[in-house]
Amino acid sequence: MKLRSLAPILYILFLMLPIYWLVSMSFKTTNEILAGFSLFPQEFTLENYAAIFTDPSWYWGYINSTIYVTINTIISVSVALPAAYAFSRYRFMGDKHLFFWLLTNRMAPPAVFALPFFQLYSAVGLFDTHIAVALAHCLFNIPLAVWILEGFMSGVPKELDETAYVDGYSFRRFFFRIFMPNIKAGIGVAAFFCFMFSWVELLLAKTLTAVDAKPIAATMTKTASSAGYELGLLAAAGCLTIIPGAIVIYFVRNHIAKGFALGRV
Amino acid sequence: MKTSNPRAWFLVLPVILLVAFNALIPLMTVVNYSVQETFGDNLFFWHGIGWFQDVLGSERFHAALGRQFLFTGIILAIEVPLGVAIALSMPRSGPWVPICLILMAMPLLIPWNVVGAMWNIFTLPDIGLLGYTLNSILGIEYNMTQSPLAAWITIVAMDVWHWTSLVVLLAYAGLVSIPDAYYQAAKIDGASKFAVFRHIQLPKMKKVLTIAILLRFMDSFMIYTEPFVLTGGGPGNSTTLLSIDLVKVALGQFDLGPAAAMSLIYFAITLLVSWAFYTAMTKDDQN
Repeated sequence: MKLRSLAPILYILFLMLPIYWLVSMSFKTTNEILAGFSLFPQEFTLENYAAIFTDPSWYWGYINSTIYVTINTIISVSVALPAAYAFSRYRFMGDKHLFFWLLTNRMAPPAVFALPFFQLYSAVGLFDTHIAVALAHCLFNIPLAVWILEGFMSGVPKELDETAYVDGYSFRRFFFRIFMPNIKAGIGVAAFFCFMFSWVELLLAKTLTAVDAKPIAATMTKTASSAGYELGLLAAAGCLTIIPGAIVIYFVRNHIAKGFALGRV
Repeated sequence: MKTSNPRAWFLVLPVILLVAFNALIPLMTVVNYSVQETFGDNLFFWHGIGWFQDVLGSERFHAALGRQFLFTGIILAIEVPLGVAIALSMPRSGPWVPICLILMAMPLLIPWNVVGAMWNIFTLPDIGLLGYTLNSILGIEYNMTQSPLAAWITIVAMDVWHWTSLVVLLAYAGLVSIPDAYYQAAKIDGASKFAVFRHIQLPKMKKVLTIAILLRFMDSFMIYTEPFVLTGGGPGNSTTLLSIDLVKVALGQFDLGPAAAMSLIYFAITLLVSWAFYTAMTKDDQN
């Protein structure tokens, strides 16, 4: 019994080690980092964080990332809701093929699409805007949101719909007043996964932006090469990118495990 | 039972339009490039299937593809059993469950290039926690910028660190959905632990494990940012996986034709393997 609980503890320890190192690095001065190995910060400093919060080219990276991730999550979930309802409740021409086609878009390597995406969004005049990144991330987030929501919706008995229609509810009123509150958890999980995949993606976000909508992750790569590798600053910026995810995951902690389990397949 | 309703198409339409805009137009652009030759100045000439022949026959492509399959094979062989084992050993309820889940999900939410940068800092031979421990305390020579083997071990360790939690979460979700009555019945029958795993837990986890393996296959096959930031494909070409090679060709050398042909072959392989796997895993359900 004791041995059994040891495995998750060891695993979590393994997960935390690199994170600890990043956090500890972010509180060290550049001198201390270059001077040699030290397990804890010797001269504890907030310099690195101060540098980020006072430099617009740094903190705008965070604002940009947050803006396009939020737009993407809203778009993905709101168009996926009716589609998932259709897949879970109705049969229609080509429904199975359509579902598989949606999933294949998750299989397209972003590296394949980087250049055409650049050309496409330049052609429609959206290059270097938040909406461009938000729309591009729909490619892999919408299929995922449809997949998750469909799973949750199939768990709601169809009698609920029928009773509501008999009671004289219109489709719209039924959907917003009765159906959506029933799949709250599913909407939360779908939003969580959209947030997550949009937040962590870099290649497309970097390709589609230059200055005005540049994500924080791209700011990091630029600074790492131009400022001669300031490890402390890089570590502090990295630590700050973990926080939004940690906040979001706290809210859906009881539902994440369920999210995929209910899905199709 | 689902009712037939052709008007359901209207509910799906926004999704189709958005995804098609993002998928079909770029895909057509890639197809267009793949059959043409350019000498700059936006002048294009018909090249037929020449690029496809070049790419399929090139040793560089074979090497990158081989490395890609090796990488994906290794990480699947480690992450799936490890993830299942950890899910099995987790408590099924209690105050520790949400804490475990939150901590385990942490790596999934870190931007991919930060993962690469984090492992870079972690493994620096002189000042990284792992690098220093190995080199100076345990006396094992470790420098991933010089030794291909060390670079491989590092990118595999990084991927295990990054993604095993996904398998754990999914397998755990499958496990908690097993009713207690199953275990009670097994106890009455005097079933061994292995028998419980083989005949109750594994079949119940099959659905989620299919998803886990599919997702892990697709994502590891397309992996780009993390190894690019960590090793840059080096030392030499030893960790140049398929997508890193593709970006080198497409954006580095700006060879649009070969890059486009390579993209399509890449996409086709991913689709084919995913489809074959999906069919094999779901075949039993239909019988």
